[in-house]
Amino acid sequence: MTAPFTQPTPLTPREKAILVGASRGLGAAIAKQLASEGYLIALVSRSTEDLKSLSEGINQTAGEVVTREYFHDLKNSGEVETLLPRLISDLGGLDLFIFNSGILNHTALEEFNFASDQEMIEVNLIGALAWLNPVAKVFQSLGRGHIVGISSVAGDRGRILNPAYGASKAGLSSILESYRNRLTRKGVHVLTVKPGFLDTDMTKGRTGLLFMTSPEDAASQISKAIRSGKQTVYISPIWGLIMLVVRLIPSFIFRKLSF
Amino acid sequence: MSLALTQTELFQDFENFGHSINAPSTCFSPRNSEELLERFTEAERHGFKIAFRGAGCSYNDAALNGGGMLVNFENMKEILEWNPESGIITVQPGISLSELWQKVLPDGWWPPVVSGTMTTTLGGCLGMNIHGKNNFRLGTIGEHVLKFTALLPNGAELTCSPDLNSDLFYSMIGGLGMLGAFTSITLKMKRVYSGFLRVSQYPVHNLASHLEAIERDAPLHDYTVGWLDATAGGNSLGRGQIHVADYLPAGEDSDPATSMRVDRQTLPATMFGFFPKSIIHYIMTPFMNNIGARLVNSAKYVASLRTSSYLQSHAAFHFLLDYVPNWELAYGNQGLIQYQTFLPKASALDIWKEMLITSQKRGIPSFLGVTKRHRPDQFLLSHAVDGYSLAFDFKITRRNRSSLRTMLTEFDNITTNAGGRFYLAKNSETSSETALAYLGKPAIEKFIQLKNRTDPNFILESDLFQRIFGSFVK
Repeated sequence: MTAPFTQPTPLTPREKAILVGASRGLGAAIAKQLASEGYLIALVSRSTEDLKSLSEGINQTAGEVVTREYFHDLKNSGEVETLLPRLISDLGGLDLFIFNSGILNHTALEEFNFASDQEMIEVNLIGALAWLNPVAKVFQSLGRGHIVGISSVAGDRGRILNPAYGASKAGLSSILESYRNRLTRKGVHVLTVKPGFLDTDMTKGRTGLLFMTSPEDAASQISKAIRSGKQTVYISPIWGLIMLVVRLIPSFIFRKLSF
Repeated sequence: MSLALTQTELFQDFENFGHSINAPSTCFSPRNSEELLERFTEAERHGFKIAFRGAGCSYNDAALNGGGMLVNFENMKEILEWNPESGIITVQPGISLSELWQKVLPDGWWPPVVSGTMTTTLGGCLGMNIHGKNNFRLGTIGEHVLKFTALLPNGAELTCSPDLNSDLFYSMIGGLGMLGAFTSITLKMKRVYSGFLRVSQYPVHNLASHLEAIERDAPLHDYTVGWLDATAGGNSLGRGQIHVADYLPAGEDSDPATSMRVDRQTLPATMFGFFPKSIIHYIMTPFMNNIGARLVNSAKYVASLRTSSYLQSHAAFHFLLDYVPNWELAYGNQGLIQYQTFLPKASALDIWKEMLITSQKRGIPSFLGVTKRHRPDQFLLSHAVDGYSLAFDFKITRRNRSSLRTMLTEFDNITTNAGGRFYLAKNSETSSETALAYLGKPAIEKFIQLKNRTDPNFILESDLFQRIFGSFVK
């Protein structure tokens, strides 16, 4: 068993965060960013080894227990019911929830693969709902809190590439928008993050990707967006402009494009 | 659906008395021991923690349990037995000091020990083992408990007194609610012959004369308390005002039946004759900064230069904190730190001099200082020493957090080095190392050992428990 979180005091107050999808890439960068800002963070992930070394590294830098790792496979959505209360109890509260998990099974242009699609929907969308519902209940009851969903520019249009991935992200963006509309009036802030290309495992080996952002840079942009209460943020901002154009492309042209 | 998730929907934010910590919890108010035992059983089954919360008047995290369940006793506040002949009363833990004195005063009795606010519950008073302005004379509230019954998380219900289960008697009183719950409390009241106290006040011009005055007066009077201007420096360092008060002897009050009526004990409804009390904390707010506090403290000192003696009701003398409802809010949205040190007689003067000078030099003076005389007691987690206490109120701001933290850590060290102690209902920054230094290893080990016996699954864990004792639990 890992040591308990360091106990906040009035002169060392701590925001408390749950980060689902924490072990690598953007998740790891967000964990480090939040730790540097004084958060206590429950790191949730499926991959045990990466998570352990991340958590140990952060705690070593901090010189105290500011992160603890929790293993959870999003395909076991039934676990959340008992896991979430445990995390909140270990943290001593909850101020911020970030859903960052997501898998991308590359789907070739002429490939149609239900099993692969199902897995992406299960993790990226059903997995998100399993957490977002109970978290929303907690924040609704408290009348405060931040919910952050890491969606993607891929959800802004149904592209020729990776149909189900796009659908899962479009679904997530839509859920986040609904939650925002429901929860803003209850004092809860909901932020949709839409990264373009991030320099992570997900994009490894792919060439010619435009406006690549490092995970560290992305994490710092996300943190700023949380603090400033933004509703939707593209990472980096240039993607907001690009996607505005992409959304405006009429279907008869979009059908002929190959991205 | 499991109970665990139903609870997360019922989370609400709870604060400490100083409005400096915010911890979401579920909350439950049992109506009897059986319902409380059910919660213990559920907590064990579902792995959540429980802490007790009386009126929430602890300045620190004693009555907070972030992410867990708070149990309060607002549905267990009956007076079970009152004997106006002997002055012995048996109450449930949720009864407030206010309800207690209102019950006993008309019969010629007064609670032997009261806190600065009357909203506190008896269960909370025992859990923290409160003291009053007569600590030197009558000790802590625990010394007036004849017996109590308790429900332990292990399911046992037992009676404790100085002779029966005495190890639990001396550890559950002052045990922060971490060993079990009081289900009934039997106390002996103090006989009074009037609804009034004879109060005298006089100024003291520096710290040495301040402490001399307390030393001289405490044995002579029923109550002794000092106000200290923590903003004054130089030759006036430690200046302030001493209040002493005495019960009226039998016969002096020609109409005690009238003066002991509850409606004669009310606190003034307005301040200076016209400000309604409910808005005073707004009026205080602009003065809650270094310059404003200096002004107010100086004005108070000048006003205190006149020595006087007068009759004052018990309630008006004791419950200063209730004069201004929500006075804590005047400290702003970051709240306040109450920092109290208990020092042996020999070292108090030098150490408090150092603390006052340091806090002024670093630009974080305390806006209020209160001094008292104390005597040691036999309770396991005791804060008492044969000496004095000085309580500071520091305003927290975003900018002073880290310098205040550094300063209080220094103060902790010089206090423990001098054999001083701290009170677990007040200081919020005390570390487990500091607690170890002043409580000593044997006391802490004994406490954990008793907890292993009464609460083997560690169901009862307040945020304070985790902060101070967490590292001692294997």
